[in-house]
Amino acid sequence: MADTALTAQQRSPLAHAADRLAAVTRASGGAIRLAELPFLAQANVRLDAKGAAADDVGLALGVQLPLEPNTVVRAGDLTALWLGPDEWLVVGRPGTQRDLESRIRSAAGDEPVSVTDVSAQRTTVLIAGPRARDLLSHGCSLDLHPRAFGPGRCAQTTLARTQVVLVARDEPRAGFWVLVRSSFADYLKEWVLDAAVEYA
Amino acid sequence: MLLIPCPWCGPRDEAEFHYGGQAHVPYPEAPAALTDEEWARYLFFRDNPKGPFAERWSHAAGCRRWFNAVRDTATNEILAVYKAGEERPAPVEPRAANPARLGVPPLGESEDEPEGRSTTTGPQPTTHREAAAVGVPGQAFRRSAGGRVDRNDQLTFTFDGAAYQGFRGDTLASALLANGVIAAATSIKLGRPRGIFSAGVEEPNAVVQIEEPFPEPMLPATTVELYDGLVASSLPGQGRLATEPDPARYDAVHAHCDLLVVGAGPAGLAAAAAAARSGARVVLADDQPEPGGSLLGTGEHLDWVTATAARLDAAPEVRVLRRTTVFGYYDDNHLLAVERRTNHLGTEAPDNVSRERVWRIRAHRVVLATGAHERSLAFGDNDRPGVMLAASARTYVNRYGVLPGRQAVVFTTNDSAYPAALDLAAAGVGIAAVVDTRAEPGEWAARARSAGIEVLAGHAVIGTEGVARVTAVTVAPYGESAGQREFAVDLLLVSGGWNPVAHLFSQAGGRLRYDDAPGAFVPDTCRQAVEVAGSAAGTFDLAAVLVQGAAAGARATEAEGCTPEAPGLPAVAAQPQSPPMHVFTVPAPTDAPRFVDLQRDVTVHDLARATGAGLRSVEHTKRYTTAGTANDQGKTAGVLASGIVAELLGVDISALGTTTFRPPYTPVSFATLAGRDRGALHDPVRVTALHAWHVQHGALFENVGQWKRPWYYPQDGEDMEAAVLRECRAAREGVAFMDASTLGKIDVQGPDAGAFLDLLYTNMMSTLKVGMIRYGVMCRPDGMVFDDGTVIRLAQDRYLVTTTTGNAAAVLDWMEEWLQTEWPELRVHCTSVTEQWATVALVGPRSREVLGSLAPQLAVGNDDFPFMAWRETTVAGVDARVCRISFSGELAYEINVSPWHAVDLWEALHHAGAAYGITPYGTETMHVLRAEKGYPIIGQDTDGTVTPQDLGMSWAVSKKKPDFIGKRSYARADTVRADRKHLVGLLPEDPAAFLPEGTHLVADSVLPAPPVPMLGHVTSSYRSAALGRTFALALIKGGRERIGERLYAPVGDRLLPVTVASPVLYDPEGARRDG
Repeated sequence: MADTALTAQQRSPLAHAADRLAAVTRASGGAIRLAELPFLAQANVRLDAKGAAADDVGLALGVQLPLEPNTVVRAGDLTALWLGPDEWLVVGRPGTQRDLESRIRSAAGDEPVSVTDVSAQRTTVLIAGPRARDLLSHGCSLDLHPRAFGPGRCAQTTLARTQVVLVARDEPRAGFWVLVRSSFADYLKEWVLDAAVEYA
Repeated sequence: MLLIPCPWCGPRDEAEFHYGGQAHVPYPEAPAALTDEEWARYLFFRDNPKGPFAERWSHAAGCRRWFNAVRDTATNEILAVYKAGEERPAPVEPRAANPARLGVPPLGESEDEPEGRSTTTGPQPTTHREAAAVGVPGQAFRRSAGGRVDRNDQLTFTFDGAAYQGFRGDTLASALLANGVIAAATSIKLGRPRGIFSAGVEEPNAVVQIEEPFPEPMLPATTVELYDGLVASSLPGQGRLATEPDPARYDAVHAHCDLLVVGAGPAGLAAAAAAARSGARVVLADDQPEPGGSLLGTGEHLDWVTATAARLDAAPEVRVLRRTTVFGYYDDNHLLAVERRTNHLGTEAPDNVSRERVWRIRAHRVVLATGAHERSLAFGDNDRPGVMLAASARTYVNRYGVLPGRQAVVFTTNDSAYPAALDLAAAGVGIAAVVDTRAEPGEWAARARSAGIEVLAGHAVIGTEGVARVTAVTVAPYGESAGQREFAVDLLLVSGGWNPVAHLFSQAGGRLRYDDAPGAFVPDTCRQAVEVAGSAAGTFDLAAVLVQGAAAGARATEAEGCTPEAPGLPAVAAQPQSPPMHVFTVPAPTDAPRFVDLQRDVTVHDLARATGAGLRSVEHTKRYTTAGTANDQGKTAGVLASGIVAELLGVDISALGTTTFRPPYTPVSFATLAGRDRGALHDPVRVTALHAWHVQHGALFENVGQWKRPWYYPQDGEDMEAAVLRECRAAREGVAFMDASTLGKIDVQGPDAGAFLDLLYTNMMSTLKVGMIRYGVMCRPDGMVFDDGTVIRLAQDRYLVTTTTGNAAAVLDWMEEWLQTEWPELRVHCTSVTEQWATVALVGPRSREVLGSLAPQLAVGNDDFPFMAWRETTVAGVDARVCRISFSGELAYEINVSPWHAVDLWEALHHAGAAYGITPYGTETMHVLRAEKGYPIIGQDTDGTVTPQDLGMSWAVSKKKPDFIGKRSYARADTVRADRKHLVGLLPEDPAAFLPEGTHLVADSVLPAPPVPMLGHVTSSYRSAALGRTFALALIKGGRERIGERLYAPVGDRLLPVTVASPVLYDPEGARRDG
């Protein structure tokens, strides 16, 4: 289902809310910027971090799988997120999931590696702007201060009442990615819109 | 909220973790070799020690790793964490309790002048009385100048129906006093008039009802900031809840800091100032609109307060939270505070800003500078309006520019009432006398006398007169009734000493100790990273308070690796000090009540009754008399009650202690605690990619876990019964389709995937061929069914497991627990893909034609695409995995596609099936169809006590596999009992009679005398279109041996006869499966 003409007809979990998200960006004068980043290619990768496959996969993708917990490595179009000591999420441009999966599998060769396409499992919400951190702190118990959660950090945690993968973007101004299970996306969108009331 | 250090992710909130019970209880190597008793010991017995305990935890909302933790079960402290498979570390010592005041020099030294301090004179006794400059138009008790109210901002408010004027900066209490109103309530039990007693949160009397702008009960008038249009009324001890929904917003926010300072009085300001420019992240929280604490009331060093507050506001990493009460102190320095953000704006409050906000603060270190509350004394008729705490009266004069009365007697046991008397005198209040229980009151008495005030040393107040307000006070030598003098006054100021506000310290797990010098309970030791400074620590000399605060702030800053600075402290002249006298009660010559707890109307007599009844603990006298249980939580009464009970029992108060301090420190409304977690945001609603279609087509929804699933789709005014019968008929006779996307899906990959699933399921999965599907049952080690679903073999080393909708997360956790803790050698990984796929069940004899028309490349014939096979193809132009499985007994398919294309598929099916009358159906129809075939729903027809054999599924329990989870339990005596409950069908004799789920079954047509032997209960019950009658599934003792038997079901007051039947009531030969 990759790279086909069908892409144009795809419906993302928050497609119906694009206007409301954009309205917050306008009403807050950019203090909060909200948007869905739909259809990002996402591959869940499981392998032994100490084995040869870790380096091979890194080389093949051009992005090293981070070994430090809760960190992110970016290179080109790809972002590799640490999810666990033997688990990563590799995120790429929409439509590249099959290519991503096959590159990882062939790089690993005979090493046992598990790759699962989870592109539709979660959607990505961009929360940016000078008040993004304040907005998230309404529902996230992590310390999001740049000293504690600066660029290059990610975390699996709870936002409001749903689990998310939270990613600090490269520059503080670039805000955060919130990866949320598709079935929870509508709930989280309502929560974010309500939290933004004070800033809009 | 505990902070649990995940070995991978570091400290996270306890809420992110799942508890997994005792660690190091390995799965037995050869369960079959164990005796029943040994196996039962493994299944059911765990240690329960007091103290360090090794436990399994999973970072469920984080990295999903299982690990071990050593937790002290007595303190909840996590002493160590280590990865699964690692040895338990050597014994770890619990944290030592730290002193409340770290490294503070003895009191004598701290009285040395702090650096940079000059020796200018402090406030001196006023030797002349000011002209009585009192009276603002309409506010007869308002001083003509002074105070921190904004006299340019006049506000109008209403109390008990009368309109009054006040100023911005007033509290409701100060504004009432400015208008000469002191009586603000009647007492709850005795109906006695009560007046404004204090100037802060400790207020027991003036608890009022706010009527407008929004009704709110039981607020102390001393804490309600005045705003224009405020309408309030006095209360007879109890308020009224609003009957209309609260329109205001409430929210919550998480905050983190290196140092939290609670209280912005002199100690707190000094502590925050020491840390302010160090780079450390500081939060300073104070319940007042402006910093200053007690200095606002004494009127001293306000320039320093202003300058310090400005420095703090300008410091980049400092957050000053005004109007913010820290009300709870929990594990691992987690503190809750409530910020009152717009209450003081009245009707001008913007509606997009939360009215109150809960701050959930995680602090590396805490300095408590919470001050002290003055306590009262128990003397005759000590509750009349006009009796007021001395320092509170001083606060009204200095902070609000209000005289609480015209003529006063001051009754004290200590020095602190003297400056109050002097300030009141200077402001124009006539001080008839200072009555001091001490025979030699010392230097302060001399100062008062030199200001022209009569001091009666060794005297006490023994009674008061007056109804609506004090009119006279009777004084006698302390302990005597002869030599009485009466003073005609309208104000009686009282000081029985000071209680450090140790509530938060105590909530933190800190211990208090009685300190004889101030005659109060003071913080002693605590395991948490907290220090106490200032009068909260029992230090009452201002110079020492400032030094202590700065030192505590500096220590916390250094401990966080930053460099503190020495804050500028004001010059404070040394003040004379004479020891206080420890007095709680004054003997009354009459039987006038001597109140201890004003809010609960508890008297010395009541406490005597409690001790007379044999109660020996303050916890017991509290419950017996209710002293300290009102919504002021006994802030002015608690220690007084302890002192009196100690006297009554003839023991030392230090041995008796205090009652327990529990959160919240002050009342917090439920609306505030609920915050935004209301309505649609109360609990997440999970929806599928097809949800909008279901809504548009009139579906009613059923909650399954957090999911919304279409329940049924009523048409043209159908009721549920009619709609479900119609949907069932379509599935059995034509074609129907359902959104099955909510089923849990787990991708299981790796060379050992088959071996892993063989251990997890009761049946064999490793022999499944690629391209085929098998139904499986998963059990707990005790052999009871835990979940079921289909397993699809995608490739040699890859399976897709489906779970029940509500159990998806639990099954994944279950898999990870076994993999990570018991079988780490298995090369297999599990990944949730529930939302990666949208699933549509296409059911009915015409389903093959519908599918065939949309999947031209798919050979849909039964030989090409047999039951329990799956194919990859294109359906309606969408990449799809089609499975031939059936949960209805009919020919059926499950079509899986990307949820991004789910609507395309669904609408194509709807369109292509129109010719066959394709009908969307919901969960109710699904349940009927499966029940007609006797397929159980785990969690509905099972309850954790049911084995696969009980369900009649022995066929799904492998006899070949050496072991799997649950196997050993099937050889236990309990699981082979003949009278175990079996799943059977029930046919009511009356084909229209409906058995409610949960109905019991009995053997006889007449109920015998209780206890009635119960044979089992109904687990599922429906009306069947296919059977043309009602039917039910039930768990019945020895059910399979009872097939054909008649039993009775008590429904209402009738016993309905039913016949036990096979659970498979429809198409028992399975003829319909292949279409």
